[in-house]
Amino acid sequence: MENYTLTINGKTQDVNAPEDMPLLWVIRDLLDMKGTKFGCGQALCGACTVHLDGEAVRSCSLPISQVGEGKITTIEGLSEEGDHPLQKAWVEHIVPQCGYCQSGQIMNAAALLAKNPSPSDSDIESAMEGNLCRCGTYNRIKDAILTASKSL
Amino acid sequence: MMPKLPFLKKEKTDASTPLSTGDRSEIFRASRRDFLKIGSLAAGGFVLGINFQCNGPKGELITFAPNVFVSIGSDNIVTIVAHRSEMGTGIRTTLPMIVADELGADWSKVKIVQAEGDEEKYGNQNTDGSFSVRMFYEPMKKAGATARHMLVQAAAKEWGVDPSECDTESSHVILKGGSKKIPFGDLVAQIQVMEIPKPEVLTMKEFSSYKLVGTDLPIYDVKDIATGKAVFGADVNLPNMLIAVVQRSPVVGAKVVSFNDEKALAVPGVKKVVKIDGPGLPAGLDKPLEGIAVLAENTWAAIKGSQALEIEWDLGPNQTYNSGVQLEEMLKSTASNGTVKRERGNFNQAKSSSGKVLEKTYLAPFYAHSTIEPPAAIADVKADGSVEVWAPSQHPQWARGAVAGALGIDVSKVKINVTLLGGGFGRKSKPDFVAEAALLSKAAGVPVRVQWTRECDLHHDYFHSHSAQRIVATLDGSGNLTGWNHHTVFPAIGSGLDAAPPSDGELDLGCRDFPYDVPNIRIEAHESSAHTRVGWLRSVSNIHHAFAISTMLDEIAETKGVDPVDQAIQLLGEDKDLIFAGEMVGDYGNYGEKIEDFPWNTGRMKKVIETVAEKSNWKANLAAGKAVGFAAHKSFLTYVACVVTVEKDAAGNLLIPEVHYAVDCGIPVNTDRIRSQFEGGAQFATSLAMTSAITFENGKVQQNNFDTYKVIRMPQSPKKINVHIIPSTEKPTGVGEPPVPPFIPALANAIYKLTGKRNYELPFKA
Repeated sequence: MENYTLTINGKTQDVNAPEDMPLLWVIRDLLDMKGTKFGCGQALCGACTVHLDGEAVRSCSLPISQVGEGKITTIEGLSEEGDHPLQKAWVEHIVPQCGYCQSGQIMNAAALLAKNPSPSDSDIESAMEGNLCRCGTYNRIKDAILTASKSL
Repeated sequence: MMPKLPFLKKEKTDASTPLSTGDRSEIFRASRRDFLKIGSLAAGGFVLGINFQCNGPKGELITFAPNVFVSIGSDNIVTIVAHRSEMGTGIRTTLPMIVADELGADWSKVKIVQAEGDEEKYGNQNTDGSFSVRMFYEPMKKAGATARHMLVQAAAKEWGVDPSECDTESSHVILKGGSKKIPFGDLVAQIQVMEIPKPEVLTMKEFSSYKLVGTDLPIYDVKDIATGKAVFGADVNLPNMLIAVVQRSPVVGAKVVSFNDEKALAVPGVKKVVKIDGPGLPAGLDKPLEGIAVLAENTWAAIKGSQALEIEWDLGPNQTYNSGVQLEEMLKSTASNGTVKRERGNFNQAKSSSGKVLEKTYLAPFYAHSTIEPPAAIADVKADGSVEVWAPSQHPQWARGAVAGALGIDVSKVKINVTLLGGGFGRKSKPDFVAEAALLSKAAGVPVRVQWTRECDLHHDYFHSHSAQRIVATLDGSGNLTGWNHHTVFPAIGSGLDAAPPSDGELDLGCRDFPYDVPNIRIEAHESSAHTRVGWLRSVSNIHHAFAISTMLDEIAETKGVDPVDQAIQLLGEDKDLIFAGEMVGDYGNYGEKIEDFPWNTGRMKKVIETVAEKSNWKANLAAGKAVGFAAHKSFLTYVACVVTVEKDAAGNLLIPEVHYAVDCGIPVNTDRIRSQFEGGAQFATSLAMTSAITFENGKVQQNNFDTYKVIRMPQSPKKINVHIIPSTEKPTGVGEPPVPPFIPALANAIYKLTGKRNYELPFKA
């Protein structure tokens, strides 16, 4: 067990965890922030996506020991009022069905837009390929990303 | 005894028999105590409940306790209880919006609270079989109309006018003409002491006067979901809670001989190891599998601890099971005589006198549900023996019973809180994981969350059965279809080692209800055995039946040289109600509804076919040689036709650029959620058709995670999905499952146009 100091959503948090504990379980179990979801544990579905220094990462497969001093952002910290252009677009397009994968989808899309504010259809498809939605909201996700990109 | 199918709703108790839509609900004033138990409310509110008296499928009277509640607070907030589980269909919005609209409530001032699992209070809460809207449309209207009636009476008295001069709008009673209005909240004191009106004095709004019903009303939870605040199964945190991860029997029926937990207990954070006793064989539909659970302070420690367990298993009779071998045997069996389940005319005679015989076989694999939220449940067994549970359950009442059974306590001591479900598709109707949490909390003496990993989920699902079918079609000299002989075999839901044919209920799903006007029809079922846990998956056996039937019809049209759309319309014949009189061997279920109430109407099916053909430009695309495929299939009493377009990209990957659906689901309640179910249904069906399969070797599932059990991702997903909703004032029917079955054969038929090769086995090799 080691002590780690994390910067998460702009706040500093101290946790005590084994070095191989994935960031997902640090966030969910040790910090009790439940917006980030568990789906596969193998970086295959994207439900656990958070940002590490602005990059989308699969927190289920990122050991806490590798986080270092990187700044972590979760869905709870994406915007103060829940009004990130993607969150507004998600509401406008009524994207979710069950909603479980959507935190990961939004975080992945936010990282895409931060790098590429005007993505093409195929930019979106290749960026979002790692995020599964079993309900099948893919087309609305794409539409919402395009809507958000126009308001950036 | 074979358990009944989900939509027959008899798997637990007689009391869970479905309500028919022949509604005989009775409104009453609920006690404040009853209401306060289920959610927080503004003080001083008026509470309205409905007491249901509804017909079961056989017409017997079943009396249900309060089923749904409306409350109006003095703060003018209308609170509506959602008593069905939300797994992505939008039902948590769709039923309350009916109440709100009939009441004349301002939707922005409506609060929705989720009901706990309580059959006595709410009636049937089993959320599957696409029947929530079908069953509860009328009762919801009545709940809203009753409250509106009382509010109008109170305001009219206050104003000294006739009630007919008043109406409700935006949570106010208004005097027609607009000179006076009063908020609902200001009338609470008056209606609290008022008699509940008799149903015969109520007036229901016409569909045309609804402001919410029939619109794209956004789902209630959309903002919470987009901000990560929505609460799913694993999101509840209790003080002192331990997290459990379980190693379960690798082969269904396996029992633990011995285990060594030394290494597991050495993992930092691991607190306890507990054996769960499973039923062995038969495995049942509501019992935990045998397993060893590792309980830890956090999920990661529990996962590592469970990996460190050393378990010796007695694998039992299923250890030699190989699904590929069984599928071959099943296919062979379809060439023999099966049990006849429907007979019209004389098929053998038709065959001997036919000009041409087409005989084709169809195979489909096992499928897993693979909801992105794996099963998880939280239980807190208290010192007094009572237990409180939080679970993403489709069927909270079954879960309640399973928990009570596992702990040996009365159901009254079990409180089930229903969270949002991160996908269901039938998996989360089974309460095995909920019972696990209860057993483990009892053993540990603290609250426990049982957390399934993705590997747990894929290895220990209640799978959709693999299947083999053979269709023999006879054509006369002009190519007209004269005989139809459909053989089907698949391990039945809830079956085990003893050979058995599919149940009548499973045959009713798109096989026996073959609607076409063919003079000679014979449907035959064959026996097989189950060596895993078989359950229901979105659309159930409609999936493989529709695939076989609608690809065969395409082949018949090709043989005859006619357009398959024209052929379908011609084969449906004149507009009429089919009731299959005298043809079915054994009971015909009709999704739990009387056939007289919900007949199979050929006119409604023709209308969706004509609509999809027109909207998709079918004739022009066909003439232009585009790779388009068509299929039509009614399931869960909803009529659907589908056209799929395919093409290949430069790298040879199959793409689905366009899909058209036409749907007749009666009165469309939430049009956005109807469209979203069809959009998602096309995606779900694409996975079944193109990427997913579960196989068994030596009794064990061969797939572990999303790298080997593949579901489609955004680049492979169907692109433009157009949903054409037929305007209708017929009784509303559900849309959760009906999108899936016709999509798969429409895709198969389109791929054939593109490649010249027919697919007879799922998943396709395009």
